Amino acid sequence: MRPPPLLPSFWDRWSGLRLLDAGLGIWTGLVFLFLYLPILVLVVYSFNDSRLNVVWEGFTLDWYGRLWDNTRIARALKNSLVVAGFTTVLSVVLGTVGAWLLHRYRYRFGSTLQTLIAVPMIMPEIVMGISLLILFTTAGLKLGFFTVIVAHTTFCFPFVLIAVQARLQGMDPALEEAALDLGATPVRAFFLVVVPYLRPAILSGALMAFTLSLDELIVTFFTASAQVATLPLLVFGMAKVGLNPMLNALSALFIVATVAFVLFSEHLRRLGRRAP
Amino acid sequence: MIEIRSVTKRFGSFTAVNDVSLDIAEGEFLTLLGPSGCGKTTLLRMLSGFETPTSGTLRIDGEEVTHLAPYRRNVNQVFQSYALFPHLTVADNIAFGLRMQKVPAPEITRRVDEVVELVALTGFASRRPHELSGGQRQRVALARAIVPRPKVLLLDEPLSALDAKLRQQMQLELKRLQKHLGMTFVFVTHDQEEALTMSDRIAVFNQGRLEQLGSASAIYHQPRTAFVADFIGEANLLTAEAIARSGTMTRLRVEGGLELEIPTDRWPAGGSKVVISLRPEKILVSKRPLEAEAIFTARVTDELFQGALDRLHLQTESGTRLTALVANESALREAIHAGDAVWCGVHADDIAVVGPA
Repeated sequence: MRPPPLLPSFWDRWSGLRLLDAGLGIWTGLVFLFLYLPILVLVVYSFNDSRLNVVWEGFTLDWYGRLWDNTRIARALKNSLVVAGFTTVLSVVLGTVGAWLLHRYRYRFGSTLQTLIAVPMIMPEIVMGISLLILFTTAGLKLGFFTVIVAHTTFCFPFVLIAVQARLQGMDPALEEAALDLGATPVRAFFLVVVPYLRPAILSGALMAFTLSLDELIVTFFTASAQVATLPLLVFGMAKVGLNPMLNALSALFIVATVAFVLFSEHLRRLGRRAP
Repeated sequence: MIEIRSVTKRFGSFTAVNDVSLDIAEGEFLTLLGPSGCGKTTLLRMLSGFETPTSGTLRIDGEEVTHLAPYRRNVNQVFQSYALFPHLTVADNIAFGLRMQKVPAPEITRRVDEVVELVALTGFASRRPHELSGGQRQRVALARAIVPRPKVLLLDEPLSALDAKLRQQMQLELKRLQKHLGMTFVFVTHDQEEALTMSDRIAVFNQGRLEQLGSASAIYHQPRTAFVADFIGEANLLTAEAIARSGTMTRLRVEGGLELEIPTDRWPAGGSKVVISLRPEKILVSKRPLEAEAIFTARVTDELFQGALDRLHLQTESGTRLTALVANESALREAIHAGDAVWCGVHADDIAVVGPA
């Protein structure tokens, strides 16, 4: 009997499976091209030495410079950071404590509660925005930082809650008991043992909340006053007048920041999964 | 040290612990032994404060603790899963209880160093729990629980996650440590061998009830119920009826027909039928006539080689079936095999009455 050939023959290499494999590879490539090419074009044109986004005239960092000098943008950025910051803090507190309470105690309507918490995450933003606007005006609240932060928190805190819940499911209930057994009050046990255990999930949830709040446009549009114009609101307003490469530059910076946040939060989640 | 008075714990319609009363002496090593779901862990959790009794009272060191929160009790627990804090080093894990008691920092350092040496973890103080082996984690859990000097140490199957060799070694170490500290240990296990090896006294539980309380040897040699006889070690459980009474002895006819004699004072008041327990290794077996209080002949129906011991299935001349364990004879001349006719002997003291039939 002859030994099998060391190299696969021509026909083996071009068998149906291989063709399918190659086809799927090309398809995947096209999908990613479709997803990322517009973003790439946007970033490239932010370095374009022209007022128009159609013809490439040469490389410049001018648009980034102008961005830096634009006080309206600086103020909008500050507003965005303030809103995102407060939203994150509120979301972390609500999400962590909520997840802990749902995990630790049994409730009559526990599963209903769980669903109700998740709804704001998937509710159309326009519905959220209008309903919150009606709520705020009915309650006689003046639109401003407070209303935007409250509005953002409603759909940001479930992300923290769900991340924390997932981690809690893997937690040994004896951990908390051990802390109590060694003389920690329930509050101290929570902060000294439970919170450190949850830290990766809390951080990853917080980054999610921060990113979502920073990018949010529609809900903000309904719940903010002119004084608290956030960066997405400002960009939206500017784009209505006409696209210019300064917006490209701003978007490019936004993309970098968002991607960095998401990668960091993924990294934390993975760290958390590895730890026992 | 610990007084448990008529303690009952119900979870819904399930009674986990059923009217248990038990006293544990200071410095005693007491084991709560029983199959899973027998209530031993629930009783332990009531001592640590994670469960409160449905009725009954608990006192530790004279103080009523029935409803006292776990963090106000002077008891510490070693958890089955060890429950080491993953974000803290070995030293910080051990120091946790002392920090909660607001012990001054220099004293914490001194006491942690002391206990680290005691449990042979020197050099591991700055490691994290996930960098330790199972046996080392077990010792950290132990150190963390004893360093606050609790009145009572509760141990919830702490050795069940270790492999057999390590477990035996830890059993001896635990016993040595308990003697050294003079601390009261309440140890929960489902492993009867572990219980027999380590305990001063054993409390055997079944279905929420305390079946028998006594020293290892008393539990083994004088089981009071069929459950105890069967759960600890092995037993031939046989129904028997009294057929004659002569002075201090009562003559029994065992199922199958074998007749044996036991002291009359073992006979329970009332009833004509009882269940007796006879340990397989207490049945003397020989190819030649032997001396014992009761002697009978039997045929070996089956022989199972088990290393150090030979397990023999016997059928007496009268028809009673018994299992015997005998030392495995290497000399071929004396070796007993299936089909052999043998002499058997039993001492009256080795027959325990474990209840009415």
